[in-house]
Formats: sequence, C-alpha cells, structure tokens
Amino acid sequence: MASANPLSWWRGFLALPNDAPAKTLGVALLVALVCSLVVSITAVALKPLKDANRLAESAAHITGIAEIMGGGLPDTRFVDLATGAYVDRDPGTRTDLPRERDLAGLNRREDVATVFELRDGGKLKLVVLPVRGTGYQSTLKGYLALKADLNTVAALIFYEHEETPGIGSRIEDSAWQGLWPGKQVADAEGVIRIELVKGAGAGVHQVDGISGATRTSTGITKLMRFWLGPDGYGPYLERLRTEAGR
Amino acid sequence: MNDRTRTLIDPIFVANPVTLQVLGICSALAVTTSLATSLVMSAALIFVLTLASSIISLIRNHIPRSIRLIVQITIIASLVIVVDQVLQAYLFAMSKLLSVFVGLIVTNCIVLGRAEGFAMHNPPGASLLDAIGNGLGYALILVVIGTVRELLGAGTLMGVTVLPTTAQGGWFTPWGLMALPPSAFFLLGLLVWAVRAIRPEQAEPLAEQFDGEAPR
Repeated sequence: MASANPLSWWRGFLALPNDAPAKTLGVALLVALVCSLVVSITAVALKPLKDANRLAESAAHITGIAEIMGGGLPDTRFVDLATGAYVDRDPGTRTDLPRERDLAGLNRREDVATVFELRDGGKLKLVVLPVRGTGYQSTLKGYLALKADLNTVAALIFYEHEETPGIGSRIEDSAWQGLWPGKQVADAEGVIRIELVKGAGAGVHQVDGISGATRTSTGITKLMRFWLGPDGYGPYLERLRTEAGR
Repeated sequence: MNDRTRTLIDPIFVANPVTLQVLGICSALAVTTSLATSLVMSAALIFVLTLASSIISLIRNHIPRSIRLIVQITIIASLVIVVDQVLQAYLFAMSKLLSVFVGLIVTNCIVLGRAEGFAMHNPPGASLLDAIGNGLGYALILVVIGTVRELLGAGTLMGVTVLPTTAQGGWFTPWGLMALPPSAFFLLGLLVWAVRAIRPEQAEPLAEQFDGEAPR
C-alpha cells in the first residue's frame, strides 16, 4: 500500500476490508465523485437543448396570445425599466432590489426587459410583459398581456414553475388562467388594486385564489404589484399612456 | 425453464413487483392517465433500474455495509437526474406531463428493492436480467392501467381517437373518473385481485391466522 505505483496502491485499497474507515471513506468519495461528474456533464451538455426548448415554448406562448388578440406578430422591444424608454439592446446588467421594495422576492431584477408590443397601424393593441416572482417553493415565470388601455388584463399565463403538483400547479390550468381576462389592474386613480382572494373573486380587481395554495396565490398578487409598480414596468406603462394620450 | 430465464421472466408474470409486492404504486397511480406517459415512464424506470442494478452489482464486493444504502441511493439518484435531463432536452412536452414523477423514481421502492435485495448478492449478469424483468413487470402494469384509463377516460389510445366522444359528435361519453388518480387505485386493486385469484399462494395470510400475535 505504501508503494508509489498507483496500480498497486489501488489494489491495496480494494483489498482493504470493507469495514475499514479508509475504505468506507474512499468508496464514499469515489462514488460521489463519479456520480457528480456524470450529473454535471449531462447537465452542461444538454443545457443548450433545454434552453432552446424553453425559449421555443415561451415564443409559442407570446405568438399564441397575440393571435388570440387579433393576429399579427408582436414586435420585440427592449425597455429600460428605470426610465421606461426603449433601448437598442439588452446589456444583461442587473440591479439589486432593497428588501422593502422587493415585493416579488427576486433579490435582483434586470435593468432592461424584453417586452412584446402588438400594434395596428402604429396604434398599440396589446402589450405582453414577462413577469416572475416567488411562489410557494419555486419561481413562477409567466406573461401578462394588457389591452390597449394598459389596465385591462388580456391574459396571464404561467409557463414555468415548480409548485406543488395538483395544488399550486393549477396556475397552469386554462380554467384558472381563464379567470384573468377582463380584470382591471388599477383603479381610476391609477393605484394597483389587482389581487387574488379566496372564494369571492367577483370584483373587477379580484381574481379567485387557489384554495390550498395560499402562498402561491399571495406570490402572484405580489408579483403583479411589483411588475406593475415603479420598480417594474410602471415607468414604461406610464410612458405608453402619455404617448397614447397625445 | 433454466435459472436465467426464470430470473428474467418471473418478475414479469409470477412475482410482479407491483401486484405481488405492491411496490412502485405511487407513479403507477400518477402517470397512467395516458398510454404514452405510461410508456415513457416505464422506459425511464427500466433504464434507471437496469443500470443501477448492474453498477451496484459490479461494485457490490467493495460497498461497505455501513454506507451501502447511501451508495445505492447516490447511484440511483444520479441516473434519475440523467434521465430527467435527457427527457427535458429531447422530449420536452413529455417531461412536462411527467413533471416530478421522473425525479421520484429515486424513491421508487422497486429500484432500491432490487439493488438491496438482489444486486448486492448476485453477479452483474443475473442482476441485469433481474432488473430488466422487474422493469418489464412494472411496465406491464403501467401499460395495462394506462391503456384502460386513456381509453375510458378520453376515448383515445396514444392520442388517436378510438371511441369517438360526444364532444366530437360520436357516441362515447368519457368516464371522468378514469382521468383522476383514484381510478388507477381501483384498477390496480382489481389487477391484484385477479392475479391473486389465479395464484392463491400470493394472497397474504388473513389477520386471524397469526396465532396469538397482536394484529399489525
């Protein structure tokens, strides 16, 4: 075992009794090492394919929403979230959110967001905003589509989450997503009112929450408040409103 | 039948892991809403089971007893992650349907049961056959339940209409219960009953036959 030859060292290791601490530790380490290598290699090698699948899926969602709303392919625009102005490209930078303003539990949000606008002869018909936030046990990712008044929900869909199957996962059901169209996100003063409530989702600002998935429902209320607020798309929506008012 | 064939065939029909040992029923209930999901789930389980049993059997003489379960689970979990990743990369829509249940193969008692009960004491060749046999046994049950549930619950098989539903202008009213997990429980119960009616020796002894022992 003291030999410098790795092969005889290996044989010595294998010949150790299985109960020996050195063997136990060695086997545990080797198994862990080999397994982690296999898992890492698979994850890294397949990442491009998985990303492409996700991207294709979200692209299908956006064109799907646009088609329902009256056809046409939406334009992709980059928006500086702080000012609400269009920019040419996404620099990929992110800004830390102070905890008291981090309603959606994101820690950081991107400086430039990709939004989708559907226009008819220059007049805005639909805007699709990517939204995300923390639910019960995962990050919910979805799209919020607003009609031309920028207050009426055209659709809210979630395409990625890992909430409890059968409970929180119902945010993916078309029955639940069908509750959203027509709801108003803000009141006449422009205060964001949209919320999920249990049982009675009758109001124009209220959507029926999912029973059994309180934290998923709260998470969605909070992510709506965040993304429609000043740290989210607030400045951008404000700019679109002034633009339409002119 | 020689020993090898018996190792392979027995777990499919005679000592089926699902109907005899009632193992792996969590996924049997969850993913059998359609035949396609049942088939993919079966393939994933067979892949994990055969590789896990073979690998564990290869290194069985060097696995210290004190950490054997940890070693087995580490190997099984790694294989499951690989399968999950491959599904997400190549069968994305299917992986969304199967959701967490591919990941839950880690906790499927058939995999750990064959590793601990067979692969730890038998050479790789026999372990491989045993794993394939048990995997096929599991697959057989899933396919039977998946077929019945998809046919009666949606009127289709592999997505192709077999019984035209009233919604499509046909005559068949889909049996809503079949789309829900409890129906798999009923079907599984009926299957276990049928198998044990044919082979009474598989029935567990009734409680009162435990002479003088407290009921468990």
